[in-house]
Amino acid sequence: MAGKSPRKLRLSTNPTHEALSELRLGDVVYLDGTLYTAREGVYMRALEEKANIPMELPAKSAANFHCSPAASINSDGSFNLGAVTATASFRFSKWIGDWMAASGAKLIIGKGGMSAEDYKQHFVPNGAVYLTTVGYGTGALLGRGVKKVVDVHWHEELGLAQAMWVIEVENMGPFIVESDLKGNSLFERENEKIARNLEALYEGTKPATLKRYGETDDRKDELI
Amino acid sequence: MISTNLIQQTAETLMEKAAIEIPQDYLEGLKGAASKEDGDLSAFVLQAMLENYEAAKEDRRAMCGDTGTPRWYVKMGNEAAIEGGPVAMETALRRATANATQNVPLRPNRVHPLWRTDHNNNVGIGAPEIEYAFEPDGDWIDLTTVHKGGLFGTDYRMLFPSDGIAGIKRFYLDSLVAFGKRGLACQPAIIGIGLGGTKDACMVLGKRAACLRVVGDKNPDPKIAALEAEFTELGNNIGMGAMGFVGSSMVIDCNIEVGYCHTGGMQMSVHAFCLSSRRAVARIYSDGHVEYRTDPNWFTPYQRRETVEWEDSAWLEKAHAN
Ligand code: SF4
Repeated sequence: MAGKSPRKLRLSTNPTHEALSELRLGDVVYLDGTLYTAREGVYMRALEEKANIPMELPAKSAANFHCSPAASINSDGSFNLGAVTATASFRFSKWIGDWMAASGAKLIIGKGGMSAEDYKQHFVPNGAVYLTTVGYGTGALLGRGVKKVVDVHWHEELGLAQAMWVIEVENMGPFIVESDLKGNSLFERENEKIARNLEALYEGTKPATLKRYGETDDRKDELI
Repeated sequence: MISTNLIQQTAETLMEKAAIEIPQDYLEGLKGAASKEDGDLSAFVLQAMLENYEAAKEDRRAMCGDTGTPRWYVKMGNEAAIEGGPVAMETALRRATANATQNVPLRPNRVHPLWRTDHNNNVGIGAPEIEYAFEPDGDWIDLTTVHKGGLFGTDYRMLFPSDGIAGIKRFYLDSLVAFGKRGLACQPAIIGIGLGGTKDACMVLGKRAACLRVVGDKNPDPKIAALEAEFTELGNNIGMGAMGFVGSSMVIDCNIEVGYCHTGGMQMSVHAFCLSSRRAVARIYSDGHVEYRTDPNWFTPYQRRETVEWEDSAWLEKAHAN
């Protein structure tokens, strides 16, 4: 196994600009504070239907988790929260700029990152970075970092999976720093390295006889 | 007679086991990959996953917060009888799915495709899927639940005989690189490949090859088994590891299943079962005895039969004696 393990840091869910500028691509981060889940349901309701965001942002939290927890609401109104895993973030590109403006989010946490273009266009001007979950199946570890569910907003309107879960966390992680304040992306850096080997690997294979419409053979292509 | 109560109870236990306990065969495979991985970031991810499985078992919480789309595979011995018949059994499986979603808890992932209606219990139109198979012997039923995750680890292509093995390899690599970028399919995974059949049958074969065969299992056709071994290695030579970081952990094992297809075509599907390779199995006997396991043992000689009649001699003898 590899000898070099990544640097580990603790970070607040309302981080200072200094704390964010410390982060390097590939650092491993553990979070303390309050975070909330928001994905397409919350974005559409807040940004398109212009419903009032049901919590004070970013005062209460500057950390938006692209996630729906494995959780249920008990008949007495208490919450039963097990595992927490992110959902793929690239689909939220069309809302992220407006959401940052509305919420003041400094940490976007999710699965798989967003495009370098999103980072340059929306993250850099807002002084925000992207943290990716690990694996991505580390739901049980992340679940351990949850101290309590503070609230669930809009679960009647949006369903449990799309609702806005407000969660108090302590030493929650691991997360990996995917973008920095300059808008660099760890995934893009890794993809470039991997793309260099691909030509040799493909030797001796044969492209399909029947092409698919819109198909490309550029192996360096980013998919999102 | 197998009681529907017992079916429901067993099914609820299976739902919990699948969500929480990583199957041993996959765990061993992943440990093997972790011991060989020398990409720093990929190795860190694998280590975190190994810790995650422990945390899930210790805390009895789901290993991954996305608990996938629970489904059922039901296999019935030829002599099995179910109280209330198949309709009562389907109701029991739907109840178990709903109850386990509340109690484990699982994520209520299932929604209407257009109206996004969410019953918060993973039950709805066509959900959970229930698939069937039969075996010539036995008065038992095998219940298997698979909670496959991932929107990203599946693809299909119509190839032709002239594309040959080189064409199969190309589509295999194309699929793995596409699934693996940014790790959206949560590799390293068990990769299932379906070859032949028809488009829908090919998808089903590949998915079952990924989800219903265990790590280390080989196709009984020695030439296909050799291809499985070659493809496992090929996938791990892409240079990509966990989360799409530089590394060597892409494929824990590759399973290929074939079905007879149209003479002009060669359908191919590729499916990645993710880091949360969730499957749990129980055999319920008619005397009420239940045995739990993690190997679905789905692809028996009977499931892969090529002939008109089932010619297994042991079975024939018994059939004639009756
Ligand atoms: S694909 Fe990843 S996030 Fe989805 S269930 Fe599997 S491990 Fe979890």
